[in-house]
Amino acid sequence: MNERRADRALAVLSPIALLAFWECLSRTGVLDARYVPAPSTVLGTLAAMTRTGELPYNVAVSVQRIVLGFLLGAVPAVALGLSMGLSRSVRAALMPLVSAIYPIPKIAVYPLIIFYLGIGEASKLSIVALSIFFLVLLNTMAGVLDLDEAYVRIARAYGARRFAVFATVALPGALPSIFTGLKLGMGFALIVIVGAELLGSDAGIGHLIWRAYQIFAIDVMFAGLLVTAALGWIATAALDWLERRVLPWRA
Amino acid sequence: MTTALLAQPGAALAASAVTHAYRTARGEIPALREVSLRIAPGEFCALIGPSGCGKTTLLHILAGLLRPAGGTVALPPEQPGRLASAVVFQGICTFPWMTVLRNVEYGLRMLGVPRPERSRRAAAELRRVGLWAFRDAYPRQLSEGMRQRVSIARALATDPGVLLMDEPFASLDEQTRLVLQDQLLTLWQERRPTILFVTHSLDEAARLADRVLVMSARPGRIKADIPVPLPRPRGYREVRLDPAYGAFTARLWDELETELERPTS
Repeated sequence: MNERRADRALAVLSPIALLAFWECLSRTGVLDARYVPAPSTVLGTLAAMTRTGELPYNVAVSVQRIVLGFLLGAVPAVALGLSMGLSRSVRAALMPLVSAIYPIPKIAVYPLIIFYLGIGEASKLSIVALSIFFLVLLNTMAGVLDLDEAYVRIARAYGARRFAVFATVALPGALPSIFTGLKLGMGFALIVIVGAELLGSDAGIGHLIWRAYQIFAIDVMFAGLLVTAALGWIATAALDWLERRVLPWRA
Repeated sequence: MTTALLAQPGAALAASAVTHAYRTARGEIPALREVSLRIAPGEFCALIGPSGCGKTTLLHILAGLLRPAGGTVALPPEQPGRLASAVVFQGICTFPWMTVLRNVEYGLRMLGVPRPERSRRAAAELRRVGLWAFRDAYPRQLSEGMRQRVSIARALATDPGVLLMDEPFASLDEQTRLVLQDQLLTLWQERRPTILFVTHSLDEAARLADRVLVMSARPGRIKADIPVPLPRPRGYREVRLDPAYGAFTARLWDELETELERPTS
């Protein structure tokens, strides 16, 4: 218990120490504040942007894209991953395709997506969905394949048909792996959405950073990065919380 | 080829001329040869044989998990709220993602038993195996012996026509095994389910069963069918001190030993 508290203290102290060090460097003039603003300046900018509503609006836009895109990608990925895990023939048919498409950097597909879907929300949701789809799919499939055959045997011995095996064995048994996929995917979703917003968007954190670059507002660029980091941290914490709620048997 | 659902008169479980073979890259490996057996309602029957003789294959066929290449299996007709056969497996026997209570309810859920009746029947079985206090626990929080009791409760909750047990105590330590044997004997005395109990332990077969079927080396067939001459109830002490027990297990060993020496083709 004491070790745990010490871990938590370290986890909070190390970023604070880094920021304090950076602040010192700026104040003593080692870092040129025109190029690298002090953390206090960035925080001030953040506060100001929050007051004007600029920051909350852009964060909300990005968060909405991530959440919707995540659902759009994860739900079919889990369904297909379960089928591929359970059925040898589905796996044989789809695995070559999956292996071929999986390593393509999804942001490289973005121009094509814009071409087909336009520059609006549809293209943003699609790129997020696409970026997590294969990660969740492969982890789900691996989760089913790793399941001991004994579980399926028990289910069948008690009269479970195809759908019941799906719902009472494959899905709950693969959930730990599914969560691994979702957590990895969350990182990718964040990377891809900010990237996509840099390339072509009229709102979102990426757009904020890009516009700041165009007007040479370095403190705003740093603010955008800070917000992205915070979002990543919150998203991970949220998924950890959800995992504990959904998988009480793993605790 | 078919699995008849009508029981033969006077038998809870009957198999006739069940034959099976496994296909491998190097051709077919015969697993079972013309296995016939019948078990009377309420009878406790043990099945022993050398390892690899097809005991588990036979049990999977009887449970309907595997289609035999030939022969027929007759089980009691399935009735509403009642499974024709329930299996207690060895090793992994519970779903780790379900609570103890949900594990015990599983068979009833698959049978479509309505929720109130389901919880009532599952609760009764859990109390009977002494695990009611653990109903909301998850299997990983239990010992292996307790998990095996959960799986026995799950089987009994379905009020099965036949209880098929596949070396359920094989991976338990000696003392836990003796305690679970006691518990199973008590359950059987009270409820008189029909049981086919696969084991590799001569002692276990002798202590539990009314009758012991001995299988030959692969491809398995029933080579001996021996009634157990020991009185019930069979407390550990009484059984061990009974001279007939020693003579009986020695007789089982006679039957088995020749099978072990014979190289399998």
